Amino acid sequence: MLADPGAALTIFVLSMFVGFFVIAKVPPLLHTPLMSGSNAISGITIVGALLAAGHAEAGTATWLGFAAIVFATINCVGGFLVTNRMLGMFRKKD
Amino acid sequence: MDSVFFVQLAYLASAVLFIFGILRMSAARTAVSGNAMAAVGMLVAVVATLLNRGVVSYTVIIAGIVVGSAIGVVLATRIQMTAMPQMVALLNGFGGIASLLVASAELLRGGASVGEGSMIVPVAIFLGILIGGVTFTGSVVAFAKLQELMRGAPITYPFQQVLNGVILIAAIASGVTIVLDPTNLEAFALLLATSAVLGVLTVIPIGGADMPVVISLLNSYSGLAACATGFVLGNAGLVISGSLVGAAGIILSKIMCDAMNRSLTNVLFGAFGAAAAAAGPAGVSPERGPVKGYTPEDAAIVFGSARSAIIVPGYGMAVAQAQHAVRELMDVLESHGVQVRFAIHPVAGRMPGHMNVLLAEANVPYEKLVEMDHINSDFAETDVALVIGANDVVNPAAREDDSSPIYGMPVLNVDHAAHVMVIKRSLNPGFAGIDNPLFYNDNTMMIFGDAKGTATAMAEAIQQS
Repeated sequence: MLADPGAALTIFVLSMFVGFFVIAKVPPLLHTPLMSGSNAISGITIVGALLAAGHAEAGTATWLGFAAIVFATINCVGGFLVTNRMLGMFRKKD
Repeated sequence: MDSVFFVQLAYLASAVLFIFGILRMSAARTAVSGNAMAAVGMLVAVVATLLNRGVVSYTVIIAGIVVGSAIGVVLATRIQMTAMPQMVALLNGFGGIASLLVASAELLRGGASVGEGSMIVPVAIFLGILIGGVTFTGSVVAFAKLQELMRGAPITYPFQQVLNGVILIAAIASGVTIVLDPTNLEAFALLLATSAVLGVLTVIPIGGADMPVVISLLNSYSGLAACATGFVLGNAGLVISGSLVGAAGIILSKIMCDAMNRSLTNVLFGAFGAAAAAAGPAGVSPERGPVKGYTPEDAAIVFGSARSAIIVPGYGMAVAQAQHAVRELMDVLESHGVQVRFAIHPVAGRMPGHMNVLLAEANVPYEKLVEMDHINSDFAETDVALVIGANDVVNPAAREDDSSPIYGMPVLNVDHAAHVMVIKRSLNPGFAGIDNPLFYNDNTMMIFGDAKGTATAMAEAIQQS
């Protein structure tokens, strides 16, 4: 998809900047949920896992892809759910 | 327009959802919806990938997703809030190994040979395996330390850094071999082995109290590993999302290091605490007299004339699962007209924000949880500072004694309060093995005991007075 490696590098560097600015706004109060939530986002590697497992030819790569899907899914599902559970506990004074 | 274009648009949409999701995490009010947005972003990315023409076999995929979701749901719903640092360490590790597997699969499929003239794919495969492997085994060690399956103290031995350097060079050498000849399976095996060993060896010399930095850094690595797979697959969505996480981990690591007045290098290679702990049976320093222990009833008498209190929680509160008892103590104090707030040091606990989550779980309203910089000047006008299971983060030696190992570290100025109460199991120094002069001050009352039992006893004593 990204035929040009230069484009990929450009995207990488610019998104690092976006990341720094966006994340610097998160207060220390929410650092644990930020960490588990961003952790879940790193499960985006599931996209790669799906591609690896979904290719037509069965073989070692498929099984590596299967294992990758399992781990990445735990990462995503577990990460988002536990973040949701934690954030639900932050309440204002009633 | 073809379907590839729409798949690209979907990845872009998911990246935008991630960014908005994190933005909404900057306030407790909007954070739940922010997390949900990010989860939707993930769903969009997964669906878009499944619609990709390259994906033709769905059995394996569905099986993997079902197994992974089941494990994820169980983990997320069963985990105790005190065990969140372990949970995050483990999830980091899973992200890391997933990226390692993706990069390996691509290598074995011959993905590194395509794209003649462009080194970027084989180099990214190498980095994906290296970072993914280090993230995985490093996270497993961090998990084992936090779960107390292994000693939390730094493990050091002679020539540690030299050995790590040699292994890193071997890993890079095998990486270069793979880049030049992607079919060289010996080099692939060597790269896997060295990455795994490197992850273990770089985390074992780091002590339990430095875990907030390690977890943040591993979080960053798991993002960078995902980023590397993005370069392997030429997928912009992966690159963007991975670098967001990479940036998050780097920022949190820096905040944690600043809060300890130490450099990242010092945390990673300093084996902090090992030397001090080995210096002998620390505890009561020779020039200081014995410390008088007070009872919860003594504390109740002091609270009887107090108008304001600041509670300083630390790792000891988490270990004793005392957050609910502490909340009850807060309720009792407030019903007796004492204004109560909590002072949260950035590195209190075992991960960034650990104390906030525990107190939120116990239904302490988050407005009462105040950051160090915002509350530090208030101690001087406060009647009672109550320290529960914290030590180094309230050590005045960090301000006053330039021979102290933690000199220069920003600390909570509890000693400026009219009365200081410290609930602690014993006089043993904290994790870093550093003596704390606070315990010997005239206005300090040491109340020895487990955080949970003592907080409860204190609440009862105040009720009865």
